[in-house]
Amino acid sequence: MIPAAFDYHRPASLADALSVLDELGWDAKLLAGGQSLIPAMRFRLAEPTAIVDLNGLAELERFEEADGYLHIGALVRHATIADSGLARERYPLLADAAAVIADPLVRNRGTVGGSLIHADPAGDWGSVMLAYRAELAVRRVDGDRIVPIDELFVTTFMTSLEPSELVTSVRIPAAGTGQGGAYEKLERKVGDFATVGVAAQIALAPDGTVGAVGIGLTAVGATNLRAAAAEQELLGSSADEAAIASAAARAAAESNPSADGRGSEEYKRDMVRVLTARALRRSVERARGTV
Amino acid sequence: MITGQELGGLGCSVKRKEDARFIRGQGKYVDDVQLPNMTYLHLVRSPFAHARIERIDTSAALEIPGVLAVITGEDLAKANLSWMPTLSHDQQMVLATGKVLFQGQEVAAVVGETRFAAADGAAAVRVDYEELPVLIDPHQALEPEAPILREDREEQTNHIFHWESGDREATDRIFSEADVTISQDMLYQRCHPAPIECCACVADWDATNEKMTIWMTSQAPHAHRTVFALVAGLPEHKIRIISPDVGGGFGNKVPVYPGYVCAAVASLTLGRPVKWTEDRTGNLSSTGFARDYHMRADLAATKEGEIRALRVKTLADHGAFNAAAQPSKFPAGLYNICTGSYDLENAFVEVDGVYTNKAPGGIAYRCSFRVTEAAYLIERAVDVLADELGMDAAELRRKNFIQPDQFPYETSLGWTYDSGDYEAALDRALEIVGYEDLLREQEEKRARGEIMGIGISSFTEIVGAGPGKTFDILGLEMFDSCEVRVHPTGKVLARIGVQTQGQGHETTFAQILAEELGIPVADITVEHGDTDTAPYGLGTYASRSTPVAGAATAIAARKIRDKAKKIAAHVMEVAEEDVEWKDYAFRVKGAPDRSVSMADVAFAAYTNTPQGVEAGLEAVNYYDPPNLTFPFGTYVCVVDVDKGTGEWKVRRFVAVDDCGTVINPMIVEGQIHGGLTEGFAISAMQLIDFDENGSIIGSNFMEYLLPTAVETPTWETDQTVTPSPHHPIGAKGVGESPCVGSPAAFVNAVVDALSPFGVRHIDMPITSYKVWKALREAGVAD
Repeated sequence: MIPAAFDYHRPASLADALSVLDELGWDAKLLAGGQSLIPAMRFRLAEPTAIVDLNGLAELERFEEADGYLHIGALVRHATIADSGLARERYPLLADAAAVIADPLVRNRGTVGGSLIHADPAGDWGSVMLAYRAELAVRRVDGDRIVPIDELFVTTFMTSLEPSELVTSVRIPAAGTGQGGAYEKLERKVGDFATVGVAAQIALAPDGTVGAVGIGLTAVGATNLRAAAAEQELLGSSADEAAIASAAARAAAESNPSADGRGSEEYKRDMVRVLTARALRRSVERARGTV
Repeated sequence: MITGQELGGLGCSVKRKEDARFIRGQGKYVDDVQLPNMTYLHLVRSPFAHARIERIDTSAALEIPGVLAVITGEDLAKANLSWMPTLSHDQQMVLATGKVLFQGQEVAAVVGETRFAAADGAAAVRVDYEELPVLIDPHQALEPEAPILREDREEQTNHIFHWESGDREATDRIFSEADVTISQDMLYQRCHPAPIECCACVADWDATNEKMTIWMTSQAPHAHRTVFALVAGLPEHKIRIISPDVGGGFGNKVPVYPGYVCAAVASLTLGRPVKWTEDRTGNLSSTGFARDYHMRADLAATKEGEIRALRVKTLADHGAFNAAAQPSKFPAGLYNICTGSYDLENAFVEVDGVYTNKAPGGIAYRCSFRVTEAAYLIERAVDVLADELGMDAAELRRKNFIQPDQFPYETSLGWTYDSGDYEAALDRALEIVGYEDLLREQEEKRARGEIMGIGISSFTEIVGAGPGKTFDILGLEMFDSCEVRVHPTGKVLARIGVQTQGQGHETTFAQILAEELGIPVADITVEHGDTDTAPYGLGTYASRSTPVAGAATAIAARKIRDKAKKIAAHVMEVAEEDVEWKDYAFRVKGAPDRSVSMADVAFAAYTNTPQGVEAGLEAVNYYDPPNLTFPFGTYVCVVDVDKGTGEWKVRRFVAVDDCGTVINPMIVEGQIHGGLTEGFAISAMQLIDFDENGSIIGSNFMEYLLPTAVETPTWETDQTVTPSPHHPIGAKGVGESPCVGSPAAFVNAVVDALSPFGVRHIDMPITSYKVWKALREAGVAD
């Protein structure tokens, strides 16, 4: 388990990082938490010629509410969110997901930005950010832009970002009243990739009907998927059992899982149904303040 | 007067002496060995399960800076070392010549100045393969169109052996006239012990003194020394094996592996020390796996539930070489212990072993040579019979137990059980778990559509090999040994022939000596693992340390006491026949206040010996047990099933073990926790699987699953004590019982939960997916 040789860069500033990336292009791999990259290198599945280590860049560690958003810096560790009172009180979907990512060792090192850019459909943050309708703040040497989460994932391990671009943070709309979310994950054991995961985020209208809803699905397609038809099904409903059941059935139909050691396609589709219903129920309870 | 408690004698929960270094991170494992001029070895492994080797090109590897040598099978063949004997009368390749027979097989060894150079060199070795048809399913091994895997053998067949035990005709006769019969196919799946520390060695050839020292992860250093002497032709007194701290073995570190041989050859060739440290993928894909027994169990019974006969047919998948590291005379080891805890009229067992394109092994994983498969088979089959009869599973067991007054009990398959009280253990377990209340709760839950299950396993173990006439490794009879020296100041150095891998020998063997010699545990050092200093022994596996070396330790101590008694009489100026050993001291009969301690006697042994008595106070014993020991117990497991996802969770697990006399209750409890956790892992999640190309699925911890503290249930342990009548201190061995006995309890519980839906058996590992499938097939959904 020894990686092939590579060059190592550790930029001292964001500007340095961006110019190194600009220069190296596709040859460089970004090292954030390293929880996917390093195992891949040790198996020699990835043999990058250069590593750009971002861990010296404190400006990527922002985690705060400002300007109507919660900003999550690209280097924020999963454990920071799992341990955060702010997440637990105002962003339960974030707290739920952070607590079930891999194991404590991975959570201590792994980062939100690294996980998103790795674009593994079994990653948990992709579904969470789809449910929150998050946006990514992206920088390059000669500019910056905002990328909506729905435009990020191209296919497995591939995003729409250019090799010269760097995600500095992710932002989600600041929490308000009548909102609730939940993450449901089925895994064979702690540390396993999800068999299926479902992220749900709901905002209730003043009349108690569903005013906004986001549902993201983990490990049931080439990327994290938005369950758009399920969202439509639920929107404007009173989020009762019947509405939840038919939204869950829609989410199952929208998913596109593959069979593996965890189970058949049929099983995973049914797990989308079961977990979507459970995530929606908990989201509604949280939105109504009943839990 | 000193007490047993003060000494830390038998029955005391003495804190483990070895933990001081382990907890501080001061343990010394093979990879911690640092020598000047060290070189590093990296193995090139086959990507194919079955392929002819057309060409091996080492030139690019040799050009990499720091690469010192590349060794191939052809190189080893020149020294007649490309094959080595296995412990099961077969041979296996060290480095492949001609063809490869499983994915991950060792093809070449690259030695470098650094680990990195060796790894880069291995990546640069080019091997051209011609792929051959792959044989993965053992059921196809004997079909006429199956590819013949072992071209080196005289017999051109994939069939390795047929073995039977018992009276086929008499058993068949009982089946033909029985009121009730059941037949159940079950697979004890291929799994792997996956010790935390993978295999490793440092081979250091000292050309001046012509001596080979090998530090290696070995459960049996002496046996390995003899194997090295026989295989490599080095004189045995010029080989020293040191097995330092070992990070778990579970049977995985009993065989000699190609990496060890390659490192020794490389050190002989280069004249420098060579370190080989296996990675996880290498460990999971090429070293001793466990089980892979495809079993059918038939039971015949009366309609009242009296079990009359057992019939077993088994296909054993041994992989590419029969390298099962087991010392019995029988190709299926102790598998015919499968009549378990029950008094049957007759039984018959047959096993056929076959080759497939998988890694060799088959004995490992906390198992006394196939008792694990046997215990699972009978405890599962009894539940199937209970279902057939509509009888309570506890009641059926109780009705058929061998009774306490039947011991020593001769089974119909030839074993003589030493002692047991099976009903007492069952009663205790049922009482602790509250069985009657659970049955009521289950009935209520079923009425509400909730799913819970209760599983029982009343297993009997067989541990402590020898006797030497029945068990040997390449002819070496399976005795074990202890050598004790009492120093002049009353401190003790003891060396034993067995080798700890976490069992706590440094503590428990000191406790045996404390009890026998009246010397405090703190004053006793126990050493092992260095063949230049420890007495010859066959090693630690199959729960044999306490039954065999533990007995040797007690007897060596008693030899010391015999000599010490003469000296005590001399010191107290009385006749020897007036002296007795009582309350941990030598006392004058009738005047117990006149006494001398062992420490006093030890000083006299070096300063004031009586005439005709040699100075010094030492003894050695090589113990050949008259029989094995037969620990037992009852486990009860309660599970709740999630109808939506198929997940099953263990709500309660009660384990009542009987391992005879307990030396250290805390260590026994730790052993039981560990073994139950491994039994749970096997039942719930562990499988070494292969795709149709023979590629291994499960060669890393993302696919081969080890439970964490989150999945692991809470264990409730208790005990009964039925000493072994033939062991000097009545102890039986316990390390493997929980892993042997528990899988049936988990499976019986899940199957019981699903029994209202017509489910009678599910093969391990019982995944959520399998439960979901059973539920949906029965029309149950969330």
